[in-house]
Amino acid sequence: MFRDIYITFEQFLHNFGAMCLFFVRMVLYTPSVFVKRFRLVAYQVYNAGALSLVVIMISGLFVGGVLGLLAYSSLEQFNAEDTTGIFAGLGLVKGIGPVITALLFAGRAGTALTSEIGLMKATDQLSAMEMMAVDPLRYVAVPRFLGGVISMPLLTAIFTAIGLLGAHLVAVEQLGVDVGSYWQQMQNVLDMEDIQEGITKSVVFGVVASSVAVWEGYNSTPTAEGVGRATTRTVVVTSIAVLFFNYMITAMYL
Amino acid sequence: MLCYARLGDHLGIPNNRSGKLPDNLIEVRDLDFSRGDRTIFKNLNLTIAQGDVTAIMGPSGTGKTTLLQLITRQLNPDRGQVIVDGVDIATLNHRELYKLRQRFGVLFQNGALLTDMSVFENVAFPIREHTKLPDSLIRHVVLTKLHAVGLRGAAYLMPAQLSGGMARRVALARAIAMDPDVLIYDEPFVGLDPISMGVIVKLLGQINDALDITSIVVSHDVHDVAAVADFSYVIADGNVAAAGTPAELKETDSELVKQFMHGLPDGPVGFHYDAPDYEEQLLGKGAK
Repeated sequence: MFRDIYITFEQFLHNFGAMCLFFVRMVLYTPSVFVKRFRLVAYQVYNAGALSLVVIMISGLFVGGVLGLLAYSSLEQFNAEDTTGIFAGLGLVKGIGPVITALLFAGRAGTALTSEIGLMKATDQLSAMEMMAVDPLRYVAVPRFLGGVISMPLLTAIFTAIGLLGAHLVAVEQLGVDVGSYWQQMQNVLDMEDIQEGITKSVVFGVVASSVAVWEGYNSTPTAEGVGRATTRTVVVTSIAVLFFNYMITAMYL
Repeated sequence: MLCYARLGDHLGIPNNRSGKLPDNLIEVRDLDFSRGDRTIFKNLNLTIAQGDVTAIMGPSGTGKTTLLQLITRQLNPDRGQVIVDGVDIATLNHRELYKLRQRFGVLFQNGALLTDMSVFENVAFPIREHTKLPDSLIRHVVLTKLHAVGLRGAAYLMPAQLSGGMARRVALARAIAMDPDVLIYDEPFVGLDPISMGVIVKLLGQINDALDITSIVVSHDVHDVAAVADFSYVIADGNVAAAGTPAELKETDSELVKQFMHGLPDGPVGFHYDAPDYEEQLLGKGAK
């Protein structure tokens, strides 16, 4: 049993090391890819970002609505329902907004990236590029990585804005909280550091989610089952990593 | 009518070879390669002559495709050398290796076309990546290459709209887009109907002669390969089991080569995979 644990741990270290090296290579290639292959990067921003907009906006509306509802029902007991805007604002900007956007991104764009790259590998398209002296890391991996990194903060901003609107609809329009109080209290309490925390999280989550998705696709076993497993791993690893980094960054900003 | 033109012909420059190529363009020397505990090659030696069509044949699972991956350094050998045009490819850095690969054209078993690009863009892909030619000239080159494989009319179809044989021909047009010195065909006849197979066999010979390139064909289709190959290697048990012209191989005394060349179901390559005693396995130990 100890031998099995040792082998598993050794494999984990091996994979983790390989993933770190892969990440470093992508970062090193980033400037040249951004300049020479900007069209590919722009297309991937569309692919990972614009195509995720619908799911992000619908989710944002409902999450904001639930947050408004819960905040109102709790605060009402202390006659403090006018501060609903503070809870909705702080919750969405600092915590729920970046985290749920990253989890939705992993489920929509991350899985699409992994399966796309995995299928390219299974059908020898990556090998064909290598044999045409075109580095697939620069042509396939880095543009997709950058597309994810650029998209995530934008999607988070949209999710948060729609979420605040959702909370407004529930708290103000449905439950009767004063509209001035809702927005004014939020404005009074939220400061630049809170927004900075949200932005930091969204950038870190973008790097994590895109790296994991591209790595898993690039290193998937080139079979139908292998691509399926890689896609599942993308969601699992990204979710755990996002929640871990969420805790670390939150603690850092306290 | 088939017509072949080099990229250089469109640019008004001679072909991209730096000088006279050696007689043996590729040499594999004392090569060992294993996957895990399984030995694929042990002390393998072979040469690919410049300008010839060389066939690498052998039963399934003997490592023919692996050999191609070693020749193009998609894999690294455990021991030994692969010499291409006088250079040990293991000594090349990333940039030099990619420079060398521009001299190779590879036709993959399934075509390996980039599925998000049209036929035209697939053939244009290596030209766009490695040259700064204007679009009008790229169009000219691509249509010429597609015309050579008979698919100029399919230029704006997507790979998903092509049959297996058409995809293989588009991949061939892409493989010759950069005027390679070496054209590698990995199982080019697998899964094709007789007409498509005939087209590929014809193209293979014509392209080799018209463009004066060196071709390596990996296949276990003895009869079709024999029609175009100048020289053949039969690989088995991790080494060269026989080598010679297709006619010489047919006359060989080797039982293994005879079995392979004549398609006999049983022989040195057994019908049964290694297994325990049949009766013992069915009825349990001590059944006798």
